[in-house]
Amino acid sequence: MVRYSTTMLTLLAVGGLAFAASFADARQGRENMHETLLRKQKLVGELGLTDLCLFTEARYTRHLSQADLHTPFQDHPMSLDHFPSGSLVSPPNVVRGYE
Amino acid sequence: MIYLDNVHKIFNQGKVNEFQAIKGVDLTLEGGKISVLKGPSGSGKTTLLTMIGGLSRPTSGRVRLQDRDLSSLPERFLTEIRRKTFGFVFQQFNLIKGLSVLDNVMVPALPTGRDHKEVRDQAAALLGRLKIAHKSGARVEWLSGGEAQRVAIARALVNDPEIVIADEPTANLDSALSEEFLEIIHGVKQEGRTVLMTSHDPVVCDAQVVDRVVSMRDGALVDGHQA
Amino acid sequence: MNSWLEKQRSIIDFTIASLLRRKGRNLGLLVVYTAIIFLLASVMLFSHSVKREAQVVLAGSPEVIVQRMVAGRHDLISQDYAEKLKGVRGARNVTPRLWGYYFDPTVSANYTVMVPDDRTIAPKNIVVGEGIARARGAGIGDVLAFRGYDGTLFSFSIAEVLASDSELVSADLMLVSEEDYRSFFGIPDGLFTDIVMTVRNQREVRTVAQKIATALPDTRPILREEILRTYDSLFDWREGMMLVLLAGSVLAFSIFAWEKASGLSAEEKREIGILKAVGWETSDVIRMKFWEGGLVSMFAFLLGYLLAYLHVFHMSAGLFETVLKGWAVLYPDFSPTPFIDGFQVVTLFFFTVFPYTVATIVPIWRAAIIDPDAVMRS
Repeated sequence: MVRYSTTMLTLLAVGGLAFAASFADARQGRENMHETLLRKQKLVGELGLTDLCLFTEARYTRHLSQADLHTPFQDHPMSLDHFPSGSLVSPPNVVRGYE
Repeated sequence: MIYLDNVHKIFNQGKVNEFQAIKGVDLTLEGGKISVLKGPSGSGKTTLLTMIGGLSRPTSGRVRLQDRDLSSLPERFLTEIRRKTFGFVFQQFNLIKGLSVLDNVMVPALPTGRDHKEVRDQAAALLGRLKIAHKSGARVEWLSGGEAQRVAIARALVNDPEIVIADEPTANLDSALSEEFLEIIHGVKQEGRTVLMTSHDPVVCDAQVVDRVVSMRDGALVDGHQA
Repeated sequence: MNSWLEKQRSIIDFTIASLLRRKGRNLGLLVVYTAIIFLLASVMLFSHSVKREAQVVLAGSPEVIVQRMVAGRHDLISQDYAEKLKGVRGARNVTPRLWGYYFDPTVSANYTVMVPDDRTIAPKNIVVGEGIARARGAGIGDVLAFRGYDGTLFSFSIAEVLASDSELVSADLMLVSEEDYRSFFGIPDGLFTDIVMTVRNQREVRTVAQKIATALPDTRPILREEILRTYDSLFDWREGMMLVLLAGSVLAFSIFAWEKASGLSAEEKREIGILKAVGWETSDVIRMKFWEGGLVSMFAFLLGYLLAYLHVFHMSAGLFETVLKGWAVLYPDFSPTPFIDGFQVVTLFFFTVFPYTVATIVPIWRAAIIDPDAVMRS
């Protein structure tokens, strides 16, 4: 008959080790993907890309950093977002007038 | 070895419903004997018992255990003494629901830091001695009155106390079980322990195994000083 | 030391036995707790990873991009603007660019069409990103048909598909030659989408930007640092969906904590009385409750975090795909790089484990001090 505390403490210890291992795994992952990242950076430089291809619904969501003043607020500055991605990203600082 | 000097206990002091439960009791109880505090309900015997056992403090007067003054000890030390010196068997048994019999017996020993296996073995041995080892895995809600009491006694003995205190132990038992209880209690005394009980049950008060009966009425001893 | 350890273990035994008395309820609690941490940690890990990746990858983006604005909108820019820019002090490598969007009705997806600077593409050939290939179910050699600006059908043959591990930046790209671009979109010679340039001295970039704005008042220069800053505020907690998520989690935790801290039931009070009567000190009772809160939350945190880690970095955050995709058809298939912000992890720990454990102890404080003689009288 195993004591409850033994089971629990063992589980926590295992959990703790796994937690620590995740950081080691992350480090390994970063090393593995280092090349890929550099290649992407190179591609960005070669093609002159300016944005991540995350939100392809519309022009101003696809090219966040290139969006002009007009489009994000095309109806009204306070109008509802047309796209769900609007609730994940804010208009770029440039457009908001921060300098 | 238990001394009470002019002990008073007043509940709700200073308020409208002030009630004097114990009115100046002097008492000396001998060690290694079975003593019973006898009296009708409301006589204050349970109140006196709780003060002797360190579960509450007197409003005035002193409670001494050998040479230690219980009534003036800070809570921490009082609890320690309660754990090491006393074993309690409550009238309602007060076992913890949902836990097994064995777990219940081990409860008082848990904060002592004693080796787990040692405590477990001792608890099992106690249950064996009290003839309920076969129920050690059962949940306490499923026990009969007599069985529950035996678990309560086992629990009271797990820390090897000098003094066993039982409050109205036969109140929920029939005659046969009451006799069995007295046998068990006799066995406890033979181990060298002191037993202190409250009861108004003649089966207990008139029992052969009882060494001394102290009568109480209205918060005071009936026969005056019983030093 | 040994006996202290034994004491803690014994108290933990009791605590767990106690928790197991209401298995269903406590298990449910653990599951919900773990789920919340899983969600928060997943979002935290994913967003941090994408943001960091943006910083690294977009460090290669153009230093300065000059857009022409007409009535507040981005409009085409002519060759002579490029000439003027070449004259700005500090400017270097002025290159006009052509790029735009094409909406493909067959799959209802938006493509980014570009004329690349670094390669020549044969006429009627295109280089596509993996996302387009996937959306159209096409590969090298296949022919895709698109409608040009005047309605005529253009057929392009896929010459190459961009590397699939670059999808995060290239999924929707379609690279064409300049001639094809102009005839497809109807853009006459001499007009471009925007102009990119580099500056001689990195530290002068803002000054140069100002000079551009003065020299060409109907243009807007966009600097690389602005691009990078845009991606810094991605998935910001102040944004709609994130805020809802955070608020929901805070609410859930508050409910947990309130439930624990709002006092004990009569049954619990009675049990504490019993414990004290049989010799448990106030500190022992508090210790037990601490273990109760601490063990549950610790366990939930570790499990939730580990599941989140696996979800984001070994399952490409599959659960978020629907949310991120939104109404888009094209979505990049990518594996987030495991960039982890230790500070965020610690914060998550403190905001979940800590309050819950404390909340478990609070109501006990009062009850644990109760004189145990009440137990005698019950």
